Amino acid sequence: MPFTNERRTPEQLAEIATEIRRDIIRSLVEAKSGHSGGPLGSADIFAVLYMGGVMNHDPAHPHMPGRDRFILSAGHMCPVLYATLANAGFFPKSELLTLRKFGSRLQGHPGRDMMLPGIESSTGSLGQGLSIAVGMALSDKLLDHNGARVYSLTGDGELEEGSIWEAVMAAAHYKLDNFCMIVDNNDCQIDGRVTDVMNIYPLKEKFESFNFHVIMVDGHNHGALLAAFDEFKTVTGKPTCIIAKTYMGHGVSFMEDRYEWHGKPPSPEQAEEALKELAE
Amino acid sequence: MAYEQYGAKATRFGFGEGLVELGEHDERIVVLGGDITGSVMTNLFKDRFPDRFFSMGIAEQNATTVAAGLALSGKIPFFASYGAFCALRNADQLRISVCYNEANVKIGGGHSGISVGPDGATHQVLEDMAFLRALPHMTLVVPCDYLEAKKATIAIGRMEGPAYIRFGREPVPSFTREDTPFRLGKAETFREGNDVAIIATGCMVWESLVAAEELAKEGIQARVVNVHTIKPIDTEAIAAAARECGAIVTAEEHQIMGGMGSAVAQVVVKNTPVPMEFVGVTDTFGGSGNPNELMKAFGLTSNDIYNSVKKVLARRAGEWNQVQAMTEVGFEGQHPAGYPKPGTVFPIEELIENDRKAAENAVA
Repeated sequence: MPFTNERRTPEQLAEIATEIRRDIIRSLVEAKSGHSGGPLGSADIFAVLYMGGVMNHDPAHPHMPGRDRFILSAGHMCPVLYATLANAGFFPKSELLTLRKFGSRLQGHPGRDMMLPGIESSTGSLGQGLSIAVGMALSDKLLDHNGARVYSLTGDGELEEGSIWEAVMAAAHYKLDNFCMIVDNNDCQIDGRVTDVMNIYPLKEKFESFNFHVIMVDGHNHGALLAAFDEFKTVTGKPTCIIAKTYMGHGVSFMEDRYEWHGKPPSPEQAEEALKELAE
Repeated sequence: MAYEQYGAKATRFGFGEGLVELGEHDERIVVLGGDITGSVMTNLFKDRFPDRFFSMGIAEQNATTVAAGLALSGKIPFFASYGAFCALRNADQLRISVCYNEANVKIGGGHSGISVGPDGATHQVLEDMAFLRALPHMTLVVPCDYLEAKKATIAIGRMEGPAYIRFGREPVPSFTREDTPFRLGKAETFREGNDVAIIATGCMVWESLVAAEELAKEGIQARVVNVHTIKPIDTEAIAAAARECGAIVTAEEHQIMGGMGSAVAQVVVKNTPVPMEFVGVTDTFGGSGNPNELMKAFGLTSNDIYNSVKKVLARRAGEWNQVQAMTEVGFEGQHPAGYPKPGTVFPIEELIENDRKAAENAVA
C-alpha cells in the first residue's frame, strides 16, 4: 500500500525514508548502473516533501490543476524521486525494477516524453531544472494566482553551473515567495569534494545577498526538515533556499560520505549488505 | 502572379506586430525580454500587455528555460533576442528543456545573418539553422519579408510545440501581399519556370526573383521557390523542382554547411539527384561593414545567384569539370576576396583625402 501524504511524526517519516532507501538499492542493483550516493543521501528530504504533508499533490490525479510541483534539477538523482513517487502511489513499486532499461518510463535521467506520473519535466543537464521551476513559480504566482508552490532540488556541485545564478536572480527579482529551492549539500561531486573541485562557499551569504530567505537544516533530521518547510510557507516577498546538510550515501555505512559512490550502483553482494543494514 | 516590390521594411517589425496580434486573441501568450526589447520589437507587446511581459535580463540560458517552465504551466511563451544569443548561447537549454520536454516555447531570433552589418562577426549569426534543424520537435521558419514575418509569427503562436522564427534587423524589400499563401511547412512557388529552380529562404527570396528576371532576358525560365519553413521541410515541392527543372541553386543568408541548402540537398539526393549549387556564406565568419557591402562581399546578392545558375546549367550540360567544381566551393575558413585580409590597416588617410577632395569639388 502506498503511503498517504499527511502530517507525520519524525519517526514515521524516518521509516518511510528507510523504505525509499531500500527501493533505491533494489532498483539500482537491478539496473546495474546509476547513481547511489545522492539518492540515498536525500531520501529523508523526499520522504518529508511527498509524504509528510508538505506538498499539495494527488497521485491519483498527477495533472491536478493548482497542484504543487517538484522539479529535480539534479536529474541524475532520479532513483530517489522514482522510489518516492512509487511509495507515494504515483505508479506501482514493481516498475522501479525497470530503472534504466530499454523503453522504461524510468529513464536514466527523467524524460517527460515517457509520461511517468509525477515527472513534471525532463532534467539532467545540470542547472536547467531550477530555471524550469522558476518559470512554473512565475506562472503560478503572477499569471494564474492559484496559490501553488514549486519546489526544486539541486546538488551542491550543480551550483557551479552559471545559469543557476541567473535563475536565482530571476526568482528574487520577481519575489517568488511560492518558490522553494533545496540544496542537497553533501559536499561531494564526481571528482571529489566540492570545495576542492570548485569552491562554492559561503553558501548562506551568497543566497542572502541574492535576496533569498535562507534556512540551514540537518538534511537527515525529519523534524527539522518539517520545520524548515513550515517556515518557507510563512515567508513573503522573497524566495526560500533550504540548504540541507546531508551525507552522500547516508544509511549505508560503506557508502556514507564517500564521493566514489556518486555515480555507481552497488554490486549484488553490496546490495545485500546494504539491505541488511537498512532492515535494522 | 508576378511579385513586385512595393516598399521596404525589416522583418523584425512583422514579428513585433504579429506578437501583439497574437496577444489580442490569446491570453496564454506571454513574452520574455532579454534587455534588447526595442531591437527585436517585443517592446510593442510589452507596452500593450505589461502584465504578460517579463524582463529576464541579459541571461538567455535562464530565459529560455523559464520559458519552458511557463509552457509546462499552460502558457505560450515567446522569448526573443539576437539569434546569436537565443539559438546558440542557449543551445543546451533549447535541446533539453524546450525540445526534449516538447515544451510549447517560441523563440524569436533577431538580427540574423550578416546583414546586421557594423556589429561584426560576434553578432552576425550564420550557424543557427544548422543547429535548430537538428533538434527533434523543432519547427524553424525564416520569413522573406515584413508581411510574411507577421504571418509566420502568428502561425507559430497558434501551433503546438517548440518553434523558432529567424528575422533580420535591416529593411528588406516588401513584395508579398495579404493574399499571398502562407502555410507552415508548405513551400510556395513565387515564379514559374522549368529550366532551373532557385530555392531560397529569408531575404534571399527577393534576390532570387531579381536574378530570375535577369535570366529570363536570356531565355532561361527559372522557378523560384520560397522555402520559409526549413523544418519540417516541404519535400514534395523540392522533389518536384528537382524532377521538373533538373538543376537547383539554393540561396540563404547562412553558412552553406548545415543550412537550408543542405536540407534541400538531402531531399534532392534521396529523390531525384540533380546538380546543385549553394549560395550562402562559405565557412567563414562575417565582419564589420554596412549591410549592402557585406552582402556583396560575402556573395549574397542576385548577381551571385545569377552566376550560380549559369554554373549549375553548365555543369548539367557537361561543360564543367566536376572535380574542379567541388574544389571551387572554397571551404578555406577565410574571408572572401572582397573583404580586407585580417591585419589590413584601415586606409584612413586615403578616406580623409577622398573626403577632402570631395569637399573641394563641392566648393568648386
